[in-house]
Amino acid sequence: MNQIIQLSATELAAKLRAGEITSVEAVQAHLDRIAEIDGGERGVHAFLHVNTDEALAVAAEVDAIRAAGGAEAEALHPLAGVPIAIKDLIVTKGQPTTAASKMLEGWMSPYDATVISKIRAAKLPMLGKTNLDEFAMGSSTEHSAYGPTRNPWDLDRIPGGSGGGSAAAVASFEAPLALGTDTGGSIRQPGAVTGTVGVKPTYGGVSRYGAIAMASSLDQIGPVARTVLDSAYLHELIGGHDPADSTSLNEQVPALIAAAEQGATGDMTGVRVGVIKELQGEGYEAGVQARFDESLEALRAAGAEIVEVSCPNFKYALAAYYLIMPSEVSSNLAKFDGVRFGTRVLPEEGPLTIERVMGATRAAGFGEEVKRRIILGTYALSAGYYDAYYGSAQKVRTLIQRDFDAAFALADVLISPTSPNVAFELGSKIDDPLSMYLNDVATIPANMAGIPGITVPGGLSEGLPVGIQFLAPAREDARLYRVGAALEKLLEDSWGGRLLDQAPELSATTTGGVA
Amino acid sequence: MSAISREDVAHLAQLAHIEMSDAELEKMTGELGVIVESIASVSEAASADVPATSHPIALTNVFREDVVGTTLTAEEALMNAPDSVDTRFRVPAILDGE
Repeated sequence: MNQIIQLSATELAAKLRAGEITSVEAVQAHLDRIAEIDGGERGVHAFLHVNTDEALAVAAEVDAIRAAGGAEAEALHPLAGVPIAIKDLIVTKGQPTTAASKMLEGWMSPYDATVISKIRAAKLPMLGKTNLDEFAMGSSTEHSAYGPTRNPWDLDRIPGGSGGGSAAAVASFEAPLALGTDTGGSIRQPGAVTGTVGVKPTYGGVSRYGAIAMASSLDQIGPVARTVLDSAYLHELIGGHDPADSTSLNEQVPALIAAAEQGATGDMTGVRVGVIKELQGEGYEAGVQARFDESLEALRAAGAEIVEVSCPNFKYALAAYYLIMPSEVSSNLAKFDGVRFGTRVLPEEGPLTIERVMGATRAAGFGEEVKRRIILGTYALSAGYYDAYYGSAQKVRTLIQRDFDAAFALADVLISPTSPNVAFELGSKIDDPLSMYLNDVATIPANMAGIPGITVPGGLSEGLPVGIQFLAPAREDARLYRVGAALEKLLEDSWGGRLLDQAPELSATTTGGVA
Repeated sequence: MSAISREDVAHLAQLAHIEMSDAELEKMTGELGVIVESIASVSEAASADVPATSHPIALTNVFREDVVGTTLTAEEALMNAPDSVDTRFRVPAILDGE
């Protein structure tokens, strides 16, 4: 494997600044990796679109600025020239955005998402758009209309979802950084099952302008990376107030890089870590529980105070989520009607009215899971059921927030396994929506309460990655970087290297691609 | 909670503007029944005195300055339209056969 692609984003950034590597070389190395392992019959298939020309042009621009030196070179962002992959739910000018749906096949956004504008301003070359479950609805990336992504640890297994493409791209060294979105765990669960790092920021901490909305009160854009420090750099870049998003917090981005650097000492003295009683034990695989228990021991040995906290209302979180989320989905996706943008399908027979065109368009344009959630949301919001379902779910949301408030009175951060299980085999849960939904049982409460969460690699169970999740109070994202970096350091010391060093070697031969 | 019937699903599909075949209706009815049964527990979770939360971090009165901002040009707005004429979106008949 080319050494450049093995570097973390911050290592690569340092070499770019030192002039040891050019950005064009770095981008080309990642494009070569994508060409080698992404497209074959058993390729990773993390990318829906590869943005070769623009990525190389931006890289060349950064190289020219650096070569010229002076004030402009000094003013470059620390990540300038470091390539990044973008989840295809985030709109980009000049590259297609599909949300992995037939509905948006060929659609070109007339505007950039705010996070994309920031990435352009900082001059990170965009490698392309990554695969996801259609409109971010799923936990396996199998609901993509363009075929599933494969887990680099085992090509017959799922990479998690919905952001399986971003997580797999980072895990397979196709990109050092990526953007994800997290509505119920879509950054953290893929991070867990691919052995990478992912952060769901505090709701409102990163602008959602230009993220195709799934459930607006839950959605959040966040960083996907291989290290906690890399996530901190990306998070500080994309965070901050945006007048174009009325839910954006008008506050300073916390000092996340400093927090990650502090955590990297591995010292946890004085940090109270709360173990959520309800998010372990029954329903969690033995291997997941074992890695979780070891992480607790490592934190304790590093000086952390481990306390148990109880969140009794979490048992209703999944049910409430599957009422609130589809309700918002049914409303947000009403705009895909074949009138202003996207696919238009005409009915095969009968009168040609707009109603019938909409019905035919949405029948052909949406996949099964999207239809299921729209219908479920339409049901939850319909007369006679509204109070019992949607109204009750909104109350559960209050109860979950109260549980968190009580827990954070006893602990600085909370900890749980990120996902109850390791990556499962492709196709094994696709016909059982309920069992698929259970993958998000540990990640959903954070979205319901708007609080931030991080997943860091916690080791392997039968050769597959396990993720450890930390949660912090709203606006306290810095705490996640402190404890996340500490656990990362403690575990890497015990493994003698990064978890991804243990991943199987991928090549054109293993993926059926072009050498 | 009452079980979901096939007629219910057909009605919901109509409300949601999604045409469904008989086979799809059949499958969706079964799946929705299982899902709704498993989420019905929310109604017993919260008592009447618990307030509802619609927004995780409540902000109030988020206004922008009352000045002209950047907007898409008509050309940009129409560039992805399935059908347009002059500077407008074109759609089939809005009224059913009248």
